[in-house]
Amino acid sequence: MKYIDEFRHQQHVELLATAIRNACTRPWTIMELCGGQTHAIMKYGIDQLLPNDITLIHGPGCPVCVTPLQAIDKAIGIAALGDVIFCTFGDMLRVPGSTKDLMTVKAEGGDVRTVYSPLEAVTLAQQHPDKQVVFFAIGFETTMPTTAMSVYQAQQMGLKNFKLLVSHVRVPPAMEAILSSAENKVQGFLAAGNVCVVMGYQEYLPIAEKYQVPIVVTGFEPVDILQGILRCITQLEQSQVTVENQYARAVQTSGNTTAQQMINRVFKPVTRSWRGLGDIAMSGFELSADYTDFDAENAFQIAHINTQEHQECLSGKVLQGIIKPSQCPEFASRCTPESPLGATMVSAEGACAAYYTYRRQQSITENNSQ
Amino acid sequence: MSKTDNSEDACPLPIGQYDKIVMAHGGGGQLTQSLIDKLMLAEFDNPALNEKNDSAVLAINNERMAFTTDSYVVKPLFFPGGDIGKLAVCGTLNDLAMSGARPLFLSCGLIIEEGFAIDSLQKIIHSMSRQAKAAGVNIVTGDTKVVEKGKGDGLYINTSGIGVLDTAMNISPSMLQHDDVVIINGDIGRHGIAIMAQREGFKLEQALESDCADLSGLVKLLLDGGIDIHCMRDLTRGGLATALIEISTAANKQIMLDETAIAIADPVRSVCEVLGLDPYYVANEGRFISVLPSAQAAQALAIMHAHPLGKKAVVIGKVDKGSQSMVTIKNRIGTTRILQLLSGSQLPRIC
Amino acid sequence: MCLAIPGKIISISGEDIYTRTGDVSFSGLMTTVSLALVPEAKENDYVIVHAGFAINLLDEEEALATLASLDDLKSAQE
Repeated sequence: MKYIDEFRHQQHVELLATAIRNACTRPWTIMELCGGQTHAIMKYGIDQLLPNDITLIHGPGCPVCVTPLQAIDKAIGIAALGDVIFCTFGDMLRVPGSTKDLMTVKAEGGDVRTVYSPLEAVTLAQQHPDKQVVFFAIGFETTMPTTAMSVYQAQQMGLKNFKLLVSHVRVPPAMEAILSSAENKVQGFLAAGNVCVVMGYQEYLPIAEKYQVPIVVTGFEPVDILQGILRCITQLEQSQVTVENQYARAVQTSGNTTAQQMINRVFKPVTRSWRGLGDIAMSGFELSADYTDFDAENAFQIAHINTQEHQECLSGKVLQGIIKPSQCPEFASRCTPESPLGATMVSAEGACAAYYTYRRQQSITENNSQ
Repeated sequence: MSKTDNSEDACPLPIGQYDKIVMAHGGGGQLTQSLIDKLMLAEFDNPALNEKNDSAVLAINNERMAFTTDSYVVKPLFFPGGDIGKLAVCGTLNDLAMSGARPLFLSCGLIIEEGFAIDSLQKIIHSMSRQAKAAGVNIVTGDTKVVEKGKGDGLYINTSGIGVLDTAMNISPSMLQHDDVVIINGDIGRHGIAIMAQREGFKLEQALESDCADLSGLVKLLLDGGIDIHCMRDLTRGGLATALIEISTAANKQIMLDETAIAIADPVRSVCEVLGLDPYYVANEGRFISVLPSAQAAQALAIMHAHPLGKKAVVIGKVDKGSQSMVTIKNRIGTTRILQLLSGSQLPRIC
Repeated sequence: MCLAIPGKIISISGEDIYTRTGDVSFSGLMTTVSLALVPEAKENDYVIVHAGFAINLLDEEEALATLASLDDLKSAQE
């Protein structure tokens, strides 16, 4: 596939891996802040190509891990109502709420549908005027313009039965929250490439400056990730601090202004809670005044949700890289992929699930070499 | 960031146990396995069932027979390369073949929804008949039920099958040996993607058909050719990865795959990339893996290449030393990853 | 976050910038994608597609430049 395959060539990968080994003279800790990058790192075993001195932390970059418990519970509450068609991306279907997940709601008779695009939800609203069609709007800035445009189109069509349950979040405040923590270990960032496709990367300049961390806007293929790591390491080794753009084929400095205008028209920033990290100021979005009619939170009376929280799960500390998953007392004992205590063990890309798999591979490799 | 320590270290209650069946239970992944192990195997509990093979091998009056059953709920009922009828016959023939049996007889149970078009039913029954005849097998018994409109999704089919083992070989995961090779008869992912492309309205520049096919003839060639097959499994829901993980788990042996050897057609790859699907977990209906001694690999491949369903047969991996169940794949870029069972079915993702 | 794949616009339908769509080819798969976020997109452009929308154009020169920079790396290692 054009502009994908070229960024997966083994020769390029080997070249970059060698360059990283040559460049790295001491330990460094880098965080990638995008679930898609985490997925690629795991799928391609990128960490196997890195010298031991480089620690990669899988940051809070996936909606499965960071959508707050209360948002999941609200989604479940709405999806269970009669006359509602609840539309969600497939990623969210098995994320546990306080007592159940959306897949269970479907099993109990809720009309829960997975969609590939919010536009499918708009089409459903047109086709089913007798139903309320609710779209679970999760995701980072990459997805926000698609949600915004869908609401805009719904408004243009005069649809009264299309609603959004909004749980969008922004990346830069989360980066700052991580960097400002007293326990922070992150020394360099791979910024989420597709987020920057939409937003550009100007807002990362003050962050890099304030916290003195290099930030490299990075794509998703093995060559991208390795090149992003190489640039980050090179900066660290040379005590440089800038924002670089590795993903230049898709990202311009100021991003996609049409998309940003649509975001600003439809949404406004609010403080949002991130699962495991707590409230982060101005890190989330809600519908702006012209679009409150589309807000599912206003449209539905959901009975008081008793959001139950467990104290044992340390996914918040894992997501920030403060502890490794293996340092959690519940890791691989009470908490496993088959019986997870937290979202980071549920999601195949979650840091704890990834670590669990890696650890298993390590122990088997060690057994075999004995 | 909130200063109240730990108040937002929010974690869900564990969803290890559902109290209702969810769609994921039908996905062929962990939830399916768990349901079968904890409920059906626990209750029915007998040696033949506990082998968990594609068909049960039974000793009846000094003959060894294979017995299998499968139900078909595919939507859409008609898809490029076949229909639910063809699937229902081929799937059960394949299950019999996977234990080394020669298929003899099939049953056909139909659950038809009120309002289903009779000419569609005709087409499907004709499809079943044609497929069974081509395999030299008779459908000797059946049942027909009609359910009220809204209760049946058009048509569901169950087929059960009986075959006879002409060979004394024991074909099962327990026979796996270190250095055995894993051979597949073609590329992966066609059936699942052909169905998905039709459902999602994707246009494919190269027409993609399901690989739905009866593999019993190809398997017979291998057995008649003296190939000492240790284990076979046809790839259905859950794809190549799931089939190999099941074998690896049952055998308690490690299987290592080579990504560069596994063929994936361009349209399959493109759809998978766009929807974020992993082709190793996508359904197939005309592909099987056979695990056999490496010394016979060349001979097995020669036999398969001479058959229309084995032209693209290739070695894709081997059984490693060590007695831990694990399936690993060496990537194109030289790294290795573990293939895990999915919890349910694979869903398109945006993350 | 964000699975997004590059594809080539084969044809465009509609005049209104908010509702026009493109038939986008991803090496053998053709699907209809909203072009509402890329009003400047033309036929034969490559776009990055996420959740049914083109979210930006792909700059082919930059793609080649990124790959070319690897050649520089290769020379440096030799």
